Amino acid sequence: MRTSLAFKVFIYAAAMLASVIILAPFAWLIISSVAAPADLLTKPLRWIPAHASLSRYADIFLGANSETVATFRAAIVNSTIVAASSVFISLGVGIFGAYAFARLQFRFQRGILLLFLSTYMLPPIAILISLYLTMVQLHLLDTRLGLILVYCSFITPFVLWIMSGYFRSIPRDLEDAARIDGCSRIGALFRVVLPLARPGLLATGLFGFLLAWDEFLYALVFTSSLSAKTIPVAIAEFTGRHAVDFGMMATGGVLASLPPLVIAFVFQRYIVGGLASGAVKG
Amino acid sequence: MSQARAGRLKKLPRSMLPKGGAFRQGPTALILLLPSVVVVFGIVVYPLLRTLYTSLFDVNSVFPGSYPFVGLGNYLQALERAEFWAAIARTAYFTFSTTLLEVVLGILLGLLLNVEFRGRWLLRSIVILPWALPTVVNGAMWRWILNPSYGALNALLTQLHIIPEYRSWLGTPWMALNMVVIADVWKMTPLAAFFILAALQTIPRDLYEAAWVDGAGRLRTFFSITLPLLTPTILIILVLRTMEAFKVFDIIYVMTRGGPADGTQTIAYYTYVEAFSNQLFGYGAALAYVIAVFILFFAIIYMRLLRRGEVEY
Amino acid sequence: MSAGESSGERRRLSRREFLELGAAGTGLLLLSGCGGGQGGGSGTLNALFMKQAAYSDTDVKNMTEQFQKQNPDIKVNLTFVAYEALHDKIVAAAPAGTYDTVLVDVIWPAEFASKKMIVDITDRFPESERSKIFAGGLKTTEYDGGYYGVPWILDTKYFFYNKEMLGEAGVSSPPDTWDGVVEAAKALKSQGVVEYPLVWSWAQAEALICDYATLLGAYGGQFFDGSGKPAFNTGGGLQALEFMRMTLDEKLSNPASTESLEEDVRRIVSQGEAAMALNWTYMFALANDPNESQVAGQIDIAHTPKGPAGAPGVNGSMGMAISNGSQNQDAAWKYIEFMTSQKIQNQYAKLSLPIWKSSYDQKEVVQALPQVVPVAKEQLNDMILRPVVPQYNEVSHTLQVEIQQALTGDKSPKQALDDAAKAVASETQGA
Repeated sequence: MRTSLAFKVFIYAAAMLASVIILAPFAWLIISSVAAPADLLTKPLRWIPAHASLSRYADIFLGANSETVATFRAAIVNSTIVAASSVFISLGVGIFGAYAFARLQFRFQRGILLLFLSTYMLPPIAILISLYLTMVQLHLLDTRLGLILVYCSFITPFVLWIMSGYFRSIPRDLEDAARIDGCSRIGALFRVVLPLARPGLLATGLFGFLLAWDEFLYALVFTSSLSAKTIPVAIAEFTGRHAVDFGMMATGGVLASLPPLVIAFVFQRYIVGGLASGAVKG
Repeated sequence: MSQARAGRLKKLPRSMLPKGGAFRQGPTALILLLPSVVVVFGIVVYPLLRTLYTSLFDVNSVFPGSYPFVGLGNYLQALERAEFWAAIARTAYFTFSTTLLEVVLGILLGLLLNVEFRGRWLLRSIVILPWALPTVVNGAMWRWILNPSYGALNALLTQLHIIPEYRSWLGTPWMALNMVVIADVWKMTPLAAFFILAALQTIPRDLYEAAWVDGAGRLRTFFSITLPLLTPTILIILVLRTMEAFKVFDIIYVMTRGGPADGTQTIAYYTYVEAFSNQLFGYGAALAYVIAVFILFFAIIYMRLLRRGEVEY
Repeated sequence: MSAGESSGERRRLSRREFLELGAAGTGLLLLSGCGGGQGGGSGTLNALFMKQAAYSDTDVKNMTEQFQKQNPDIKVNLTFVAYEALHDKIVAAAPAGTYDTVLVDVIWPAEFASKKMIVDITDRFPESERSKIFAGGLKTTEYDGGYYGVPWILDTKYFFYNKEMLGEAGVSSPPDTWDGVVEAAKALKSQGVVEYPLVWSWAQAEALICDYATLLGAYGGQFFDGSGKPAFNTGGGLQALEFMRMTLDEKLSNPASTESLEEDVRRIVSQGEAAMALNWTYMFALANDPNESQVAGQIDIAHTPKGPAGAPGVNGSMGMAISNGSQNQDAAWKYIEFMTSQKIQNQYAKLSLPIWKSSYDQKEVVQALPQVVPVAKEQLNDMILRPVVPQYNEVSHTLQVEIQQALTGDKSPKQALDDAAKAVASETQGA
C-alpha cells in the first residue's frame, strides 16, 4: 500500500532492534561455549574471546571419554527419540479424534473437548508420585517408552484442539466429492483432508516436538540412567553442586537447543498457517 | 472449483448424509476418539484420582500407609498459611507482568512481522528462536548472563557506563523475580507474536483499504480496526499464558530454586517443596488441586471465548 | 529392580485401590512392596550416588568394578544425579524400592530413618569397627541411638586463605580467630589489596546453613536447647548472624555472597578476587591448579577460625545407607562394607579423605594430600552438627529464608531469628 521511505526506514530499524534483542543472548551463549575459561572470567569482559576454540564441541563429538560427554550424547539421542515418537504417536492418534470433532455431530461434543483440554490445568507435580508408582508397576521406569507414553498424554489434547480447528477450516465439499467417488470417510480423510492439512500438521508437530523436548520434571524424576535421560535433565545436572563450568554449560546449552531451533527455523512458515486456521479461528 | 459444480455437490446422495440426526454419529465418533482417550487418560487417570484422594489425608511420608483423614483440612490449611498467599501473590505478579509484556510486545512484533518487506522471512525465523530454546537452557543462560561477578549484563552495562560497577541481579527477592519475568518474556513473546500474526492475516484487506480511502492514518486504523479484531486472539493469549504462568516451575528450578529468601517461590514451586522436601504429600496434593481450580477458572473463560469465535459449530 | 513386582502383587494392588477409594477412613498398608528382604547375599544391586567433585563418576565406577571382581555373584548398577536432585530422587523412589543403596547427606538420616526409608544397620556395624572411625564422622548416620548407614565421605568446611595477599597487607600469619579474620580483612581492604576480602556461599540453599552452623558453633550457640525448643535466636546463634551481617555492612564480604554457592566461592577466590573463604576439601586442589586458577600455589588451608566458644567445622559428610525397600539387603551391606573399607578409602584418599582414624598416619594417605591431612586430622574430630530432626528440610528452609532477609537488610538479625524460631517451633512440634 502506502510505503513512504520514512515508514520503510522505521520498519527496518524496528526489525534490526528486534533481531538484536532476540539474538544477543544466543550470541553470548555461543561465544561462551568457544571461549577459554580464563576469557570468561576476565574483567572488563572482552566480547570476542582471545582464545576461542571448538575444543569443547570436539570433545563431545569426537569422543573424549569423560562422563559429561557420554551423558550428552546419550541425552541428545534420548530426547530426539522421545520427542519424535511422542509427536508421531500423538498426531497419529489425534488426527482421528480431531476429525470427529470437526466433522461429526455427537452428544457432549464440547464437553469432551473440554475434558481433554482440562488435563492442562493440573500441574505435573500433582500426579508425580502416583505416576511414579504406576510407572514402576508397568516396568516403564527409566525407559524411553515410559516417557513417550507420558508425553503423548499431554501432546494429544493439543493435537485435538488445533487439528479440529484446522479440519473445520477445510471446505467439506472436497471430501464430499471424494466420497461420492466411492471413498469411505477414512479414505477421504487420508486422501483429501490430510494433504490439505499439511500446514496444520506441521505446526502441531512442531508445537508437540518443542513441548516434548522441553519437558523437565517428569524426565527428572522418572529417568536416572543414560538409557532414558533427556537433555533438560542432563543440562540441569550441569549446574549442580561442584559442577558449574560456564563454558561447558554454554556448550551443552547450544547443543541441546540445536534440534528444536533448527526445526523451528525451518518450519516457521507453517506455524502461522496452522495457528491461523487452528487456534485463532477456533 | 466452479460455483456450478459446488452447487451440484450440495445434492449428496441420501446414503451419504449424516444418518438419522445428531446422535447417530456417536458410535463413529467414539471409535475415532477412543485412541485419544486411551493415550491421554490411560496412564494418567489412576494417578489423578489417587492424588485427589491423598489430598484428603494428613500425609507426612511418601509411603502409603495409615494416615489421619482430614477431609478438606489440607485445603483450609493452605488458605490459612501466609506462605501460601505469598506464593499466590508472587505467582499473580509473575503472571500479570509476563502476560502483559508478552501481549504488548507480541502485538508490536506481530504487526512488524505482518508488514511486507524484504527479508521478512528471516526476521520471522529469528523471532521464533527464543521460543524453541528449551526452558532449562534458557534459565541457565540467563543465570550466566546475570552472574554478579562475571555476567555479560554487568559487563555490558559497565562498559556503556550505565552503571558504575558490577552488581547483583538475582541476589534480592524483588530483583530476582523481575529477572525471571524478563527471562520468561524473552522466551515466550515469540509465541504471542505468532498468534497475533496469524490473527492479522485473517483480517480482510478491504477493511484497511476502506479506512485508507476514508483518510485514516496508520495509528487510527490500528486502534479502530485492527485492535478490536485482534481482541479475541489477545484474550486467547492472555488465558493460555495465564494457565502456563500459574504452573511455572522449570525456570524457577533452574534459575533461582525459589530464592532468594523465597522471593521467586511461585505456587507450583511451593507445592513441589512441600511435597518433596518436606514429604507432606497430603498438603502438596491439596495445593496442586488448588492450582488446578485457579486454572479451571481461566479455562472456562477460554472455552467461552472459543465459542464466541466459532462460526460453523 | 524387579524383585517383588510380580503379577500377584499387581492384583492385590487393584483390590487395595478399590477399598481405598471406597472407604473414607484410614488407608491400608501397602502389601509386600516396601517391606524389603535380606536376599541371599547375591544378585543385582541398584546404587544411587551423586555427581560430585570429590569422587567422580569414573572413580565410583572403578571402585564398583573392583567390588564386582571380588564378588562375582553381585552386579551393581550405578546411578548418578545432581546433589539438588538427590533428596527428591530418594523420596520418589522409596515406595517403589528402586534403589538398594543410597547416598545420604548428614542432614537426612533423621528424616529418612523416622519415616522408615532407610534400614537400621546397628547390628551389622559393630562397636569394634565404629571405634576406628572419627567420632564426629560417625554422627553422620546416627539417629535416635541407632546407626542408619556408614559414613563414606567425611567433609567439613575449612578456612582457605591467600597467603600472598595476606602478606601484601602485612598479615604475617593466617588469622585463627574470627576477630582476627575481620582485622585482616580490614587491613586488606584499606590497603587496597582486594576490594572484598571475604566471600561466602550464602545463597538460599543448604550451603548458607553450613556457614551459619560454623559460626554458631564458634560463638557457642545451639540450634535447639535441651528440651527441643529453638535456641538459635539468642546467644551464639544471634551473634553468628550479627557477625555475618556486620561483614556485609562493613563491605568486607563480597555482596555477591548472597547468591553464591560453593563453586562461585571457589571461582572468586581462584580469580584472586577474595583473600579468605570457607569451603569444602575439594577446593584446595582446584584453587591451586594452574589450569583452573589464577592464584595457583597461593591458596592455603587451615582449621576454621576460633570464636569465643571454639572452632568447630560444620559436618558436611555423607554416608551410604540401605534403602528399606531393597530386596537384597545382605548384598547391599557387602557393597557398603567394601566401598567404606579402609583399603578403598586409602586408595582414593587424594580425592576424599578416609573415615578411618588410623589412615591419617599412614604414608599413602599423608602423601596424597600432604597439606590437608594434618589440618583434617584436627578438624574432623571437631565438627558441629546441624539439627537432627525429621523435619530438617522445613527447618532449614525457614532458617535460610529468615537469615537471607537479615543479610539483605530487610530485617534485623534479632527479628529474623525470632521469626524463624517461632516458625521452627511449630514445625518441629506440630508434625
